[in-house]
Amino acid sequence: MDILEMTATQLGAAVKSGEVTVKQALDAYFEKIDKYDKTYHCYNTLCRDEAYKRAEEVQKGIDSKTLTSPLAGVPIGIKDNICTKDIKTTCSSKILENFVPPYNATVVERLEKAGMIVIGKLNMDEFAMGSTTETSATGATHNPWDIQKVPGGSSGGSAAAVSAGLAVAALGSDTGGSIRQPCSFCGVTGLKPTYGSVSRYGLVAYASSLDQIGPIGNTVEDCANLFEIISGKDEKDGTSMEFPHFSAEKALAGNVKGVKIGIPRDYIGEGIAEDVKKAVLDAAETFKSLGAEVELFDMPIVKYAIPAYYIIACAEACSNLSRYDGIKYGYKSANARNLRETYIKSRSEGFGMEVKRRIMLGNFVLSSGYYDAYYQKALKAKKLIQQSFFEAFEKYDMVLGPVAPTTALKMGESLSDPLKMYLGDIYTVMVNIAGVPSVSAPCGFDREGMPVGMQLIGKPFGETEILNAAKAFEDATDYHTKKPVLK
Amino acid sequence: MEWEIVMGLEVHTELSTKTKIFCNCSTQFGGEPNTHVCEICSGMPGTLPLLNENVVRYAVRTGVATNCEITQYNKFDRKNYFYPDLPKAYQISQLYLPICRNGYIEVTGGDGSPKRIRIHEIHMEEDAGKLIHDEWEDCTMVDYNRCGVPLLEIVSEPDFRSAAEVIEYLERLSAVLQYIGVSDCKMQEGSLRADVNLSVRPKGSEKFGVRTEMKNMNSFKAIGRAIEYEANRQIELLEDGKEVVQETRRWDDGKGVSVAMRSKEDAQDYKYFPEPDIPPIEISDEYIEQIRNAMPELPEAKKRRYIEELGLPEYDTGIITGSIYLVKLFEKTVEITNNPKDSANWIMGELMKLLNDTQTLPENMSFREESLGELINLVNSGKINRGTGKKVLEKVFCDNVDPAKYVEENNLAQVTDTGAIKAVIEEVIANNEKSVNEYKGGKTQAFQYLIGQSMRALRGKAPAAEVQKILKELLG
Repeated sequence: MDILEMTATQLGAAVKSGEVTVKQALDAYFEKIDKYDKTYHCYNTLCRDEAYKRAEEVQKGIDSKTLTSPLAGVPIGIKDNICTKDIKTTCSSKILENFVPPYNATVVERLEKAGMIVIGKLNMDEFAMGSTTETSATGATHNPWDIQKVPGGSSGGSAAAVSAGLAVAALGSDTGGSIRQPCSFCGVTGLKPTYGSVSRYGLVAYASSLDQIGPIGNTVEDCANLFEIISGKDEKDGTSMEFPHFSAEKALAGNVKGVKIGIPRDYIGEGIAEDVKKAVLDAAETFKSLGAEVELFDMPIVKYAIPAYYIIACAEACSNLSRYDGIKYGYKSANARNLRETYIKSRSEGFGMEVKRRIMLGNFVLSSGYYDAYYQKALKAKKLIQQSFFEAFEKYDMVLGPVAPTTALKMGESLSDPLKMYLGDIYTVMVNIAGVPSVSAPCGFDREGMPVGMQLIGKPFGETEILNAAKAFEDATDYHTKKPVLK
Repeated sequence: MEWEIVMGLEVHTELSTKTKIFCNCSTQFGGEPNTHVCEICSGMPGTLPLLNENVVRYAVRTGVATNCEITQYNKFDRKNYFYPDLPKAYQISQLYLPICRNGYIEVTGGDGSPKRIRIHEIHMEEDAGKLIHDEWEDCTMVDYNRCGVPLLEIVSEPDFRSAAEVIEYLERLSAVLQYIGVSDCKMQEGSLRADVNLSVRPKGSEKFGVRTEMKNMNSFKAIGRAIEYEANRQIELLEDGKEVVQETRRWDDGKGVSVAMRSKEDAQDYKYFPEPDIPPIEISDEYIEQIRNAMPELPEAKKRRYIEELGLPEYDTGIITGSIYLVKLFEKTVEITNNPKDSANWIMGELMKLLNDTQTLPENMSFREESLGELINLVNSGKINRGTGKKVLEKVFCDNVDPAKYVEENNLAQVTDTGAIKAVIEEVIANNEKSVNEYKGGKTQAFQYLIGQSMRALRGKAPAAEVQKILKELLG
């Protein structure tokens, strides 16, 4: 089997059996990246030298059987907002264009410990703010299925790279849908884990109470294996939680017999594209045929999700992004004559439009006199959203719905209409607000041949259940095997 | 018109935990700039704060010692402001749920009776870095060593009516903080800082006047002077028919004046919101009880015990128990001498004189704690006389010498051999024929002169009574 045809788990097995060397795996991927990434721009930075150096150590570890993880020796791409020691971490922002962290994110430490090899840093919306990867200061990533279309965002580079086969697996981050939505647009699988199950240490913060790192892969199995590696309590992150060890093996039984699945009517009502709705309802039929009970229910709180999300996310963002002042690291304006100008010009020139918009929004909702009207209300909405999921989970084991109201949009369309872009997050942001896990998996194509994704939303720390269901669906369908033809 | 001064205090105290509030860097004062710094306390992208549990413990201990209610469901909040000494551009503090509330400290009121100064709240927060202005290079440099050193902010109600009350409160508060081991309260090192909110109103009025906030007082004396200055300034303004402007003022102790820093209009909007990186902290009843039970003897209790059990005068005990450093020295000295009265007398007399003469605070004494007791034993056993003792104490205080060793090396021990003393006095008599004759002729001053000469010849090392006795004998 061709290296580039293998899933991450298959490649791991091939490396372990000696069929493929770690170096051969790197050669194959770097060769393909060199050939195609000029067109798709998935990567901001490639770390070829570091990867080949690591490959030697990893090969030794595999040969001596000290590295036993199913993904040992497998190359991986990392979203460019996850800190990698001695490798540029830019958040696709001019303001961090030269930032080289002297530390690794905990997830990177864990990947390396498992014997995985970081091959590059993947493009994203600037500071993860956006749903198209067009707000990147390094230029947009293109959707492998249609180069005129966006890959989604903010983890657009990660999802597009996996979809195009320029990475066998990747890490993304999801604050309001940033893993799931690009996975849906690019036809790959991704997991937004329960808040607190994966350490955020080393993830450059956008909205701290919502951010969560998660895996992106070609299959549910790849995501489960990656999640097993990166999840678990971390002493460096006070918000990471103790929970029973996640076992990928247990999550891959692929059995949904007797599982109760609820679909919120509000998720398939007004505003959803016909083809998307059809694909999701077809998926529901598939689940029924596999022995699950599927039922519609009401979740009227959905209408508050977007405003609550943007208030909370922007409030935290404006605070998190205040530290970028052009003094200690990152971009410093060359046109400043004094300290004050250094601050103002570095920030004015260093941040892009969308980031500035959210900084201003955040400062506005936190200002004295407005705090109660906006932020305080958003916190109340958050409580209600958590409550409505809690109620749903009393009746259902998981919730099924579309990831996004549409398939991938044409490039440039949403940049001119930010509100339209925000509304595209309607089905994903609730999951972050509630802190629950959700897996996004391919469930069809629209009439133009663009992938459609569904999401299965689980109870807190219910990754095992939702991955199981996604695996059952995957076993019964072949959407995940379809790959775009690259140009 | 008679005016009343109304004041409230905001006291910031640095906690003496070994490590910072959100990372493992050292909290030690001094150190080359930017050597106690890591990616967390310098606010590098992607890093997260991890709460030092000892900070919570110290805060609860402080709350218990100052009669506060302990908040059992705690949260941190973000206070956003942009300043070069704050690398994250926000300070992690507590706004909505401070860890301690509704306490008090007792001081002596204007009429001499005890008066409670109410504590509104105590909250935990992180300190900022330090800016160093280099006038030579005309630039400002940042030292992040202090960034993330844990602080407690202790906010009083506006209960103070005089500078004396303020200073007594601060003395008592810092004594308590030192006793319970949560802070060393060194004002010059900035580990205790007090901002004074002050307004004046016609005596008898219920309404508060417009207040100002004064910062940058580095000693109790400076606080006293600053209060006097500010009260007079406000009274003069009001008596001239002008208005007091609500503002923050900076005290310049050298010039003895305060200068306006910023007015209410320039006040920052801190845009507080709940800190998302630190989960809520729950404090159990058992946790509080455990701390309550482990509470060391506090200043008031110690004072009473010194008076009742050791029979020390009230004034002396007040001074000694006012500083944990004096308490430690006193208790060590008693342990060595088994003589509380002498121990207290030496501390109140000779040691205080040395502290005053050299403008040294008790916390900055640098000699071995045992030295004072050893020295008192040398005096009480007659090995050296009291006068020599005082001189040796000076050497102990300044150079941390070992008293016994110093006495021996400098040959300061008393001459106790009567024969030797007699020989010296005989020589004095032989050399002072004139005075001897005068004495014998009835001039008593001549005897004093001969004693003086004898003591000088003995280099002060013989017991005065012994010298007097022998001289008398020899003169017949």
